[in-house]
Amino acid sequence: MRRGITATALVAALALAATACGSDDESGGSKSSGELSGTVTWWDTSTVGSEDKVFKKIAEGFEKKHPKVDVKYVNVPFGEAQNKFKNAAQAGAGAPDVIRSEVAWTPEFADLGYLAPLDGTSALKDEDDFLEQAAASTEYNGKTYAVPQVIDSMGIFYNKKIFADAGVEVPKNIGDLKTVSKTIKEKTGKTGLYLRGDDAYWFLSFLYGEGGDLVDASSKTVTVDEPEGVKAFKTVKELVDSGAAKTDATDGWENMQSSFKDGKVAMMINGPWAVADTLTGKEFTDKANLGISPVPAGSAGQGAPQGGHNLAVYAGSKNLEASYAFVEYMTSVETQAQTAGELNLLPTRTSAYSKQEAADSEIVQFFKPVVETAVERPWIPETGSLFAPLVTEYTKVLTGQTTPEKAASTTGDSYRKLLEGWK
Amino acid sequence: MAVHTSQSVAKAAGDDVARGRSRGTGNPPPPSRLRRAMSVHWYAWVMVAPVVIVIGVIIGYPLVRGVYLSLTNANERNVARSIGVNELPATYEFVGVDNYVDALTGTQFLGTLGWTLVWTVSCVGITFCLGMGLANILNRRIAGRSAYRMALILPWAIPGFVSVFAWRFLYNEDRGLLNKVLGGAGIDGIPWLNDPTWAKFSVIAVNVWLGVPFMMVALLGGLQSIPSEQYEAAEMDGATAWQRFRHITLPGLRPVSTTVILLSTIWTFNMFPVIFLLTRGGPGEATQILVTQAYKFSFEISPRDFAQSSTWGVLILVLLMLFAMVYRRVLRTQGDNW
Repeated sequence: MRRGITATALVAALALAATACGSDDESGGSKSSGELSGTVTWWDTSTVGSEDKVFKKIAEGFEKKHPKVDVKYVNVPFGEAQNKFKNAAQAGAGAPDVIRSEVAWTPEFADLGYLAPLDGTSALKDEDDFLEQAAASTEYNGKTYAVPQVIDSMGIFYNKKIFADAGVEVPKNIGDLKTVSKTIKEKTGKTGLYLRGDDAYWFLSFLYGEGGDLVDASSKTVTVDEPEGVKAFKTVKELVDSGAAKTDATDGWENMQSSFKDGKVAMMINGPWAVADTLTGKEFTDKANLGISPVPAGSAGQGAPQGGHNLAVYAGSKNLEASYAFVEYMTSVETQAQTAGELNLLPTRTSAYSKQEAADSEIVQFFKPVVETAVERPWIPETGSLFAPLVTEYTKVLTGQTTPEKAASTTGDSYRKLLEGWK
Repeated sequence: MAVHTSQSVAKAAGDDVARGRSRGTGNPPPPSRLRRAMSVHWYAWVMVAPVVIVIGVIIGYPLVRGVYLSLTNANERNVARSIGVNELPATYEFVGVDNYVDALTGTQFLGTLGWTLVWTVSCVGITFCLGMGLANILNRRIAGRSAYRMALILPWAIPGFVSVFAWRFLYNEDRGLLNKVLGGAGIDGIPWLNDPTWAKFSVIAVNVWLGVPFMMVALLGGLQSIPSEQYEAAEMDGATAWQRFRHITLPGLRPVSTTVILLSTIWTFNMFPVIFLLTRGGPGEATQILVTQAYKFSFEISPRDFAQSSTWGVLILVLLMLFAMVYRRVLRTQGDNW
């Protein structure tokens, strides 16, 4: 029906001029002429204090293109968004029109019937331009339920000054990591690594590094309790027990960010989404002090997880047309180039990488190859359910309440309960 | 109409006589009695109807529904949903008492129950002793008594979530005030919320802090109702302070203390906000009590397990009802008038 944003805006302007009465103030839906109106509520989950400002600005830019659409920007903390959306969607009231859905949530929301299929809508207009890897999580049962917004992976963030003071090189593997941390402790009195203990996502690179995985979807097998999984639990336990890493069971994100930003720890494992916030820290007033390097390899190599966020439209949205157009706008080449330049976030469109902003961002350039080799998770509806049992056992291992062997087998058992009929 | 009504009520007063007569005539009693009760007491029924309806809607329905769900395998995927144009029918099934068998034979429910009991007993015990001590101190004529009272009631006046978040900042391992103070004294920081044992200690400490004002105020009221003549007489007889406390204060406080202990036990057993906001049941599941675990089943795991959550909810209700019954019986055998 519409050729694009400019065409829509043109049509809208013409329609306004032609009718010159503007009597269509009903909320929701679009006119047959292609003019969009009504309210689009967007739940963003980006980092508060840095990323959210840019996304709010971009989202409100949509109103300029569609003056009759009112964009309501709402920042929902990432940790709460999944639950809040499910509550609202299940109750049939209070859900946003568009949600920034983490890659693992997308198939789950789609499976529960909360998302509108986007095939054939304006949201998916340039389907072929999206990176295959980023689009993988948006498909469910042969339909597409979201559009990739950003893609990411993890690396090791380090404080170059502390490294220079201690006279150490960036660790390449777990063995290096231990010796580097030890030297840093001896020379500067600081802790080497901050390892989040309250979020199992931070465990994945250790698991993949040992050649393990949570599950194998192709053979319908639970693999977390295989020897590789046990080894990964042992690795993180040793890092914490030996004092090479520091961990936390509550407020992990805030504690990790503040101790790294204040120069109390030398390294953390993190992704591009943390860059903008990290650079606000007093240690990084000189941006060059922040170093980023691939995660330390385990015995089977480097294994950073692939993550990212999609934009999905709520099936119960009263304003589907405007929501599709909003998703299209938020994932457009221009928007992605802008977020790459301002926030160092990785675009999900091939053509956005050829833009100057993306080419100029060192962080985007660093993470691009990392993402290409990152480990993808199986995009099954249960992917988002795998973390709850894992994080409990992961924290228990780090706080000495269980052994790595026990943790691996308990996690495996709960996965088998969750995934009916899996080995 | 009004006159007629007042007559009906007057007749109701002589109900015993009327019942005897109707039995004598040999009519089948139940239907006629019901019909007569309706016709005689219709006014009373109309008066209580709003209350009955409201209680039925806000307590009765959720309770019945919860019990029903606990007998099914309902979860997020198989309950009825209506999302925009999609209407998804419910597909969960009745599974009988399976959920109860699972809960009671597995280790998770019993393990959580164990810690819940430790948590309840220690919180109530410590709160009661502290409240009693403070009430006794405040019951004397000391300078600035009302200022002390105000200060001690303060934790009660602050909204629960505000104080719990404040405590969470104090407990923070790196940046918290408590560890800074310890650090100033040359003591290593304590992993307040990150070590299972310390976390248990920490949640109990916060709950005690929140609970002491209530105990103190209630017991202070009790203390003030004990006639001072009793103390004077005891002093004349040469009773020591301990003897006066043991034989006058404690028995005098009995009516108050039994009530506050019962209330406080029920509240603490279900004290959701302290655990949830402070540790979310962590680290691991170290501080998870029954209600926070039931919440976790229903809201934090996915797919959300409504059946299991309801099962735990019903079990919590049964446990508290059993406790209240036993408690009452014990008190009654000790001569309390309940």
